[in-house]
Amino acid sequence: MRRSILFILFITAAMTTFLLLPLHARHARQRIAGNDRQHNAQLQNLHVTDLCLATEARYTRHPAMADRHAPFQEHPLALEHFPSGSLVMPNMTERNKR
Amino acid sequence: MIELSAITKSFNSGKPNQFTAVDNVTLVVNPQQITVLKGPSGSGKTSLLALIGCMARPTSGRIFLRGVAAAVPFQQEGMESVEITSLPERFLNDIRRSTFGFIFQQFNLVKGITVLENVMLPAYPTGERRSDFRVRALALLEQFSLSRHAGQRIELLSGGELQRVAIARALINNPSIIIADEPTAHLDSKLSQEFMAIVGRLKGEGKSVLIASHDPIVFDSPLIDRIVEMRDGSVVNSRSCR
Amino acid sequence: MKRSLERHLNILEFTLASLLRRRGKNLSLLAMYLLVVFILASLLFFVAALKREAAIILNDAPDMIVQRLMAGRQDLVPVRYAAEIAQIRGVAAVRPRYWGYYYDTLNGANYTIMASDDPALPPESAAIGSGVAKARNLKVGDLLPLTSYNRAPVMLEIHSIFSSSADLIAADTILMPPADFQKLFNFPNSQATDLAVSVRNPQELPTVAAKIASQYPDSRPILKREIQRTYQSIFDWRGGMTLMVLTSALLSFIIFAWDKGTGLSAEERKEIGILKSIGWETSDVLLLKFWEGIVISLTAFLLGVVLAYGHVFFLSAPLFAQALKGWSVLYPSFQLVPVVDLYQITVLFFLTVVPYTAATIIPCWRAATIDPDTAMRY
Repeated sequence: MRRSILFILFITAAMTTFLLLPLHARHARQRIAGNDRQHNAQLQNLHVTDLCLATEARYTRHPAMADRHAPFQEHPLALEHFPSGSLVMPNMTERNKR
Repeated sequence: MIELSAITKSFNSGKPNQFTAVDNVTLVVNPQQITVLKGPSGSGKTSLLALIGCMARPTSGRIFLRGVAAAVPFQQEGMESVEITSLPERFLNDIRRSTFGFIFQQFNLVKGITVLENVMLPAYPTGERRSDFRVRALALLEQFSLSRHAGQRIELLSGGELQRVAIARALINNPSIIIADEPTAHLDSKLSQEFMAIVGRLKGEGKSVLIASHDPIVFDSPLIDRIVEMRDGSVVNSRSCR
Repeated sequence: MKRSLERHLNILEFTLASLLRRRGKNLSLLAMYLLVVFILASLLFFVAALKREAAIILNDAPDMIVQRLMAGRQDLVPVRYAAEIAQIRGVAAVRPRYWGYYYDTLNGANYTIMASDDPALPPESAAIGSGVAKARNLKVGDLLPLTSYNRAPVMLEIHSIFSSSADLIAADTILMPPADFQKLFNFPNSQATDLAVSVRNPQELPTVAAKIASQYPDSRPILKREIQRTYQSIFDWRGGMTLMVLTSALLSFIIFAWDKGTGLSAEERKEIGILKSIGWETSDVLLLKFWEGIVISLTAFLLGVVLAYGHVFFLSAPLFAQALKGWSVLYPSFQLVPVVDLYQITVLFFLTVVPYTAATIIPCWRAATIDPDTAMRY
């Protein structure tokens, strides 16, 4: 087969997959919407406010419940935000050294 | 038949370094003949070929193509001649593609792609089906005994083979006029003779051939019909060899 | 119509043959391009999906949380506040929340402990997130030993384990009856961690918040809207930081591509001259260059986006996991619900495909407009 036809077939396939992504996303959302709700009834009662993404520290576990700047502060991967950060090192206790 | 009337081509006109490459040339090139433009380098041969081949426009003068089934959409009925100097760029290109085949001094083949691709190259933008001109290209390679090189890259070919590829490429769009600029400059005598033999064959197939050359093998060849001698942009002598 | 289609196909054919000539160079270019698009698109998908999850969770969140501040730090709220706040006009309900953190000395993980008065949860039992279950290797019916404030062991029977689809909410959560919660932390009886307040009319929320703040100067009301804003800004900030780093990568790629495009080599220039001399028009040459740009950039864009989708939504973004994990011991193995933000994808398209294609075509413009007869004079 001609190379150009092969390429066009390939691009068409890629394009189709690409265009199917939003459809797949919608479908997946609809499928999940139903069963997600019911088995989380117990959790729903808790009125959770935060995503469980980073459990390393309190302000990363519950950023909504912490001080306004906390989410931006001591996060180990955060780029230092405040001028004082260039002078003050985090506290290294015996326990933390591990 | 190609008819040139008072053709002049100047470069850098109006500036101090103005120079006239073709100076007031009036000439008739007969169909199905081999015409040779003879003259030293710088005599305007190449410029004249470029003008005839619709590659450049003359500064003044007119060029007529007669009896050529050129692909001009507005060609009126009964009008056998096309005046190409005043045509817009697009039609000029169409005429160039369908009427002329070019063979260059340096062969001008594209490196890195196969012999077959090179031969088909002029046909790509015409919008013809690839399978159609591919058949033609293979037939041409066969004709020039290049079939076994079809899938090879250009770099691997010898000088004579390159020359034959260049000729095959010039023929891919089935032109009625072949234009060759110093085709034997990079060939030894044997290959030059071979080239002339091919040109003779093309003439036998009804093609008109126009060659610019200062190689005796070309202009002393018994095959040619007409010699036009040029010097300093002008035609100094034009004689028939028959 | 048919002829013009054939012309495109033919020129594309030559483009491909021409690209394959410099196979190594063009493939590495494609790979690099693909990687840039892949990472950018992964990030866009990831952030968009997390934003959506946060938005859904926050929909169920209480209208307002009232915390109490003591010496500038969050402190326990007296439960009597709840009854008094409930008297404020417009307040529908006030619920004290009991929750806290538990540091597991065995594996260094932080758990979130919440008290639940759900009657389905019998005394001395717990419902745990799948992350806890994995960390402690627990099944339903097993006993979870915790150490209370005075080192006394507290044994809880695992009543249920949340399915991993709830990981994004509760992977690290241990839910227990209030009595056990009290026992574990020696939690004062008359106090709660904070108060969840719901109001009848969301419009009145700021008014209610102002009333609470004036009635209890030591309180800090946090509105749902503020939480939402915090979340948006966290994701925008984190995503933005990464995006900034990546944008510089993208920029350097563009500079590279530009350099490659503009530094039209003598060979390429000659090639264009040859094409012109054998009957190609300027537009044919530009079409060739257009296809050259499209073949590389569109392939990279489409494949990059599709791969990124798979990476984020089918493989749960392993590339970003490290960044999110940080120092945490527990990491939720969440499955994100796919979200495609068409606007962002369009922006990505215009940031990647268009500049590259332009960088391929524009430098050839001048080379392509030369007179065909110049090729005769090489």
